[in-house]
Amino acid sequence: MGYTVAGISRGLEVAERYKIAIVGSGPGGKSAAARAAESGVSHVLLEAAPHLSNTIYRYQKGKHVMDEPGILPLRSPLPFKAGSREVILKAWDDGVARLKVNVKFGHEVSKIRKTEAGPFEIACANGAQFLADYVVLGIGLQGNLRKLGVPGEDLPHVQYQLDDPGEYSGETIVVVGAGDAAIENAVALSKQNNVIIINRKDEFSRAKKGNEQAILKAIEDGSIECYYNASPEKVTALPDGSRKRMRMVLATDKGKAQILCDRVIARLGATAPRAFVEACGIAFPNKDPASVPAISPQYESNVKGMYIVGALGGYPLIKQAMNQGYEVVEYIEGRKVEPADEPLLRDKFKSMPGFTSVTAALEKIQKNVRLLSHITPLQLREFMLDSDIRTPAPGEAIFQRNDYTNTFYSIVEGEVQVQVDADRRITLRRGEFFGEMSLISGRRRSATVVAGNGCVLVETPRRSMNKLIASVEAVKREIDKVFIGRAILSRFSPESTLEQIADVVESAKIERFKAGDTVFSEGEVGDSLHLVRVGSLTISRNIGGKEVVLSYVPAGNYVGEMALLGESKRSATARAAIATETVRLDGEAFKKLVTRNPVLKLRLQAEYRQRTAANLQMQAMPSGGDIISFLIAQGAGEATDILLIDESLCVRCDNCEKACAETHGGTSRLDREAGPTFAEVHVPTSCRHCEHPHCMKDCPPDAIHRAPNGEVFIADNCIGCGNCERNCPYGVIHMASKPPKKPGLLSWLLFGAGSGPGEAPYDPEKKKEGASEKKAVKCDMCKDLKGGPACVRACPTGAAIRISPEQFPAYAQSRR
Amino acid sequence: MHDSFLTHARKRWLWVALVLLAGSLVAYVWHDPIGPPNGGTWLGYTLGTIGALLIFWLTSFGLRKRTYANRVGSLRGWLSAHVYLGTSLILIALLHSGFQFGWNVHTLALVLMLAVIFSGFFGVYAYLRYPSLMTRNRDSATRQAMLDEIADIDQNALALADGIDPKIHAIVLRSIENTRLGGGVWSLLNAKDSSDLALAKARQMLDAKEKAGDEAKKVSTREMPTMFAMVDFLAGHADDKQGEALRKLIDLLSRKKSLASRVAKDIQLQSLMEIWLYVHVPLTFALLAALVAHIIVVFFYW
Repeated sequence: MGYTVAGISRGLEVAERYKIAIVGSGPGGKSAAARAAESGVSHVLLEAAPHLSNTIYRYQKGKHVMDEPGILPLRSPLPFKAGSREVILKAWDDGVARLKVNVKFGHEVSKIRKTEAGPFEIACANGAQFLADYVVLGIGLQGNLRKLGVPGEDLPHVQYQLDDPGEYSGETIVVVGAGDAAIENAVALSKQNNVIIINRKDEFSRAKKGNEQAILKAIEDGSIECYYNASPEKVTALPDGSRKRMRMVLATDKGKAQILCDRVIARLGATAPRAFVEACGIAFPNKDPASVPAISPQYESNVKGMYIVGALGGYPLIKQAMNQGYEVVEYIEGRKVEPADEPLLRDKFKSMPGFTSVTAALEKIQKNVRLLSHITPLQLREFMLDSDIRTPAPGEAIFQRNDYTNTFYSIVEGEVQVQVDADRRITLRRGEFFGEMSLISGRRRSATVVAGNGCVLVETPRRSMNKLIASVEAVKREIDKVFIGRAILSRFSPESTLEQIADVVESAKIERFKAGDTVFSEGEVGDSLHLVRVGSLTISRNIGGKEVVLSYVPAGNYVGEMALLGESKRSATARAAIATETVRLDGEAFKKLVTRNPVLKLRLQAEYRQRTAANLQMQAMPSGGDIISFLIAQGAGEATDILLIDESLCVRCDNCEKACAETHGGTSRLDREAGPTFAEVHVPTSCRHCEHPHCMKDCPPDAIHRAPNGEVFIADNCIGCGNCERNCPYGVIHMASKPPKKPGLLSWLLFGAGSGPGEAPYDPEKKKEGASEKKAVKCDMCKDLKGGPACVRACPTGAAIRISPEQFPAYAQSRR
Repeated sequence: MHDSFLTHARKRWLWVALVLLAGSLVAYVWHDPIGPPNGGTWLGYTLGTIGALLIFWLTSFGLRKRTYANRVGSLRGWLSAHVYLGTSLILIALLHSGFQFGWNVHTLALVLMLAVIFSGFFGVYAYLRYPSLMTRNRDSATRQAMLDEIADIDQNALALADGIDPKIHAIVLRSIENTRLGGGVWSLLNAKDSSDLALAKARQMLDAKEKAGDEAKKVSTREMPTMFAMVDFLAGHADDKQGEALRKLIDLLSRKKSLASRVAKDIQLQSLMEIWLYVHVPLTFALLAALVAHIIVVFFYW
């Protein structure tokens, strides 16, 4: 299909010319190529790997791939239904062959440049060059694996990934790299092989603590040999019949070394695609790694003729990407195509009063809500696809104070009433937004909001809102400004209006602290007050040369006011318990606020007296603060609800684990024995329901949510990708398949059928072999069971309790 | 915050049990039956019914414990009631019998009941005493972590011994093969660890060797072959490098010894917290049988 032009710009190579060049054969790229092939458009599909869809190809064998979102129809010449990795890949391979897609494997694109004549010039790492009028980028977010970068890097037994360490045995394997992947591979391989690890540096500091310990231990034991300060210089194949397959030459700080080996596994990470994308001329809105390039409703980037589909454009799900691939070809061909999400959006907007068309509704939203006027139409579509339109009747509560929800609301029409306290209400009108407090702080709702007349709201889930904040600077600025104003109002001066405190808001700044950073220290002169916005602080004093923690300050509270009202020096040290953001109010501005508002001074003094009394109590018991410090060190500072076990009461019956397994489909979500202990307080491996759950960070189907009572849970649309398991720093998420059903109590007791209550099921893996559909499971605090968490309720001795960090001081006091 | 089953709900069930006992006692003293007090009077029947119902209810604790989604009270509350009301059974049953004993099924039921209750007392004692001991003994490590470390030490010790002398290697290997943790009930409960003494002696001898080389040789080598043989070797014909390796080996084995005894102790404590149930529960079923027999006998053959 392609035609050849001799002597293009550099004239070295003969470049083939196509109408559309598609870079990357993931779901998006492959679907675009298939559509082009189907409709007879000249095209080329460039793939760096020797097979299609490298990301999915690298899934573990037999992995069940899901097709969320279920409601979205598929629009592609290639089939896609939920099923095993093999079936899906086979269907794609067959489809690509059937449609005679012009695919070129092993073509890693290294440069794309728009020529002055018009077409794009595409250069590949292997020297091939192409010309194309349009380019579709579907390279995903995985990036290209870094290669050794020395001669011999492409030899057959030099590999850059390892699917199953059990596949090799009795070999001499050189692992290159010092990161987590390299260490995990090396340790796993060392069970059956002779493993040598090559580290460019003199330590393994880049790795996770557990991995670092594991590799150092293995090196000390002698089960893995390590070359520090060494880097590969070349790899050569040895002639057949040699005892080993290859020879690797190393440059070390003591000179050259050589290793005879059977296999080289280099785990050197991947180059993030962003640099490549930017080199193509595509702009990103900011430096935030979560941000995605802005694209038009037709998926066109700021570079004319260059399109972006799939995860790179912010659409991580397979089906979305395949639909975009199809649509992008239609757009390039100048055909009008109704986006696949059009019917879905139409359904959503139907409830809007005066609805005519999706486009009109979108325009109205953008016109009425200033916050959303900053974003592109495509972003708005995506945003609306995740969001819901709500038209509550006047008087209906949208959320209640102390609910644990974290969605964000924009007012398209009408008004809502915010009930700050019993007798005071604030009215928010068209164009304003609310719900940002809980979104940002990760804590309970601070007020009840009730719908007013003619209320039309857009309710947006946390993830979509965070994505928007990360990718559009103007949205972030606006939300932050309103947040600061409202936070000051509600905390210090509920009697005033936003206009009255405008000068204070203007002088306020958002400051960020890492865990353990000092916000201010005891004894220094205080010039500011901090309102905790995200995270939490600990307050400590130096008593007898030792730092004693006196209290814990969660988001929504303030510290440092007293140094501004009388005492000029800080009476204690404030430290970030976890990554924390505060609103820093300048001393002068705050004093102004106090003089303007005499009630505030009295209130502050009353609160101060209370705090001092509580602090004195803590000071009187020297070990109390140690328990808080211990809990904070375990990351409990970001918890909203943590399981603690009193080991002086725990009889190790594991009834908590049994109860968890029995009430949650056979898999316990807690590990009682694991975890540290201090002064008989044991922190088992169990979900803490973090304020800002790490597990939510990167969930492709957005399946992890927070229930109104604060439980962080995984919904049924989990696709089993394992991101949450990797992202959880506390190791409380597992991938599990459903075990077989258990017999009733009586048939177990009398007839010995199956496994009894609290007993492990008979080898569930064996029974379900083949089609094991593993999904992520974690503690949901038994939100669906009345009566609270089964682990606590099933503890016969009262050893297990669940508490929130606010209760730490009281807890510490109860344990003297 | 943490609230033990004995103090659950401000000792609610202790008070319930006390009221029940006080009521029974008052009734017993106040009651003036024809003839001696026994199970056949109206008070006897009342106390007997209360006792029998209590026994059935106390037995149902095992069922409640296994129905994890059950919402009737917390398990801690149930255990609290189980302990206090179970204890009150002693007096209720005695008052019911009017302190009449004999070689019959009725007294058998009473004896079984007392055995169940006293085995339960041991359980309460174990639950109050051993958890803290267990925490202290574990010192923040899990049992699996300790076992893993033992396995590692074994590997390292073997490798080290291999580099010294085949004889030492064989001895270390034998000592590894002889390490056994857990086993039958008796060894579980005993936490036997007879080698502590030997280890102490070995250290002594190492000191002795450093002072006066040959003297150590004379010490008897009958009992703990591993250590003694090594020290022997050390004293006799090891050069400096081997001596160093040997010293390292002894360190490793000492560490292993201390770990092994900690694991043994851990297993012992856990067993103590569980073993009484193997008396408590079967006796409960025996009691149920005797109780049914007692009731049938009373109603049909009296």
